[in-house]
Amino acid sequence: MMCLLELFYTFFKIGLFTFGGGYAMLPLIQAEVVAHGWLTVEGLVDFVAVSESTPGPFAINISTYVGAETAGILGALAATMGVVLPSFLVILIVAKFYVKFKNSRAVSGVMYGLRPAVVGLMACALWGMLPTVFFHSGAISWRAVIQPEFLCTAGIFTVAVIAALKKVSPILIIVCSAALGIVCGLLFL
Amino acid sequence: MPLRERVKKALRLFLIFLKIGAFTFGGGYAMIPLIEYETAEKRSLIEKDEISDIVAIAESTPGPIAVNSATFVGCRTAGFLGAFAATVGVVLPSFIIILLIAFFLRRVMDYRIVQYAFFGIRAGVLALIVKAVVSFWRRAEHNGFSWCVMVAAFLWAAILDWSVIALIALCGLAGFVYCLVQRRRGATQ
Repeated sequence: MMCLLELFYTFFKIGLFTFGGGYAMLPLIQAEVVAHGWLTVEGLVDFVAVSESTPGPFAINISTYVGAETAGILGALAATMGVVLPSFLVILIVAKFYVKFKNSRAVSGVMYGLRPAVVGLMACALWGMLPTVFFHSGAISWRAVIQPEFLCTAGIFTVAVIAALKKVSPILIIVCSAALGIVCGLLFL
Repeated sequence: MPLRERVKKALRLFLIFLKIGAFTFGGGYAMIPLIEYETAEKRSLIEKDEISDIVAIAESTPGPIAVNSATFVGCRTAGFLGAFAATVGVVLPSFIIILLIAFFLRRVMDYRIVQYAFFGIRAGVLALIVKAVVSFWRRAEHNGFSWCVMVAAFLWAAILDWSVIALIALCGLAGFVYCLVQRRRGATQ
């Protein structure tokens, strides 16, 4: 029971403080969920891939997954309700006078500060994932850089960044990097 | 609106958003064209110019874009009942699919070939996050204030490891004050 409440409360906080949806949620997930020990950084990165390849919003996918892994179906329900509830309530209020809200100087001022903050936070989430993905939680050293694991990861990463910036679909990028991962694995690892 | 008609509308909203939730990959933003097609063009449940406001409102309220837009459309169409029906509809497909995946993801992870695939996928996902950071960065303003907030947010979370939620509240406040000061200055000149 305590665990369910904890899940609900944590995802409520995440839902309440994420602006922009999707990947903008990563910094908070990292701060709250990974810190709770409900998910490892590796597990989070893996799950982003799963979420991109299944239908539905990332926020719902990740909360359902973490809830289910931590406390089964009830956990999934608690976490998902937690992440949905703040938006639901806020929008119910906003929808009543949305024209006023849309033209509000206070709202646009707050968003003016939030947009760059989200960029900085997402960069930080990315920063936190680098060692796990490139060094596989091992020691960061020059010697590790010339290992096949690092070189393969760097190769796949470079190709994928170019593809992503050229607007190749995320699913195609995931499928191709999976294929490259299997090839690298069989050949070098 | 009589209750009966409202229930009928809510039921229809539920089915529409169930379909949208089940067939959009990539979450929130990918959902907007579908919402527009299903609710404005095909059925005229909502005015077309209201649709263009959805993105603006979903972005400036907390929570996932998908949930925000579903609640908003539902509420504008059929009040609380509509909001509830649309939100449950958009959440349900992901919830069920992820529950199934959570059940067998761990088992599948034991195969070496799957581990290799995820070895590649992690590098690919990192690239997707890089792309997300770039596109959020493009959408933010590019002036002194914005850069300061970006760098401060990164340092706050990555180096100092302070609370992400406190940072979001502070940056919102900073943006609000900054815009207020700018307007005052504009008014006195």
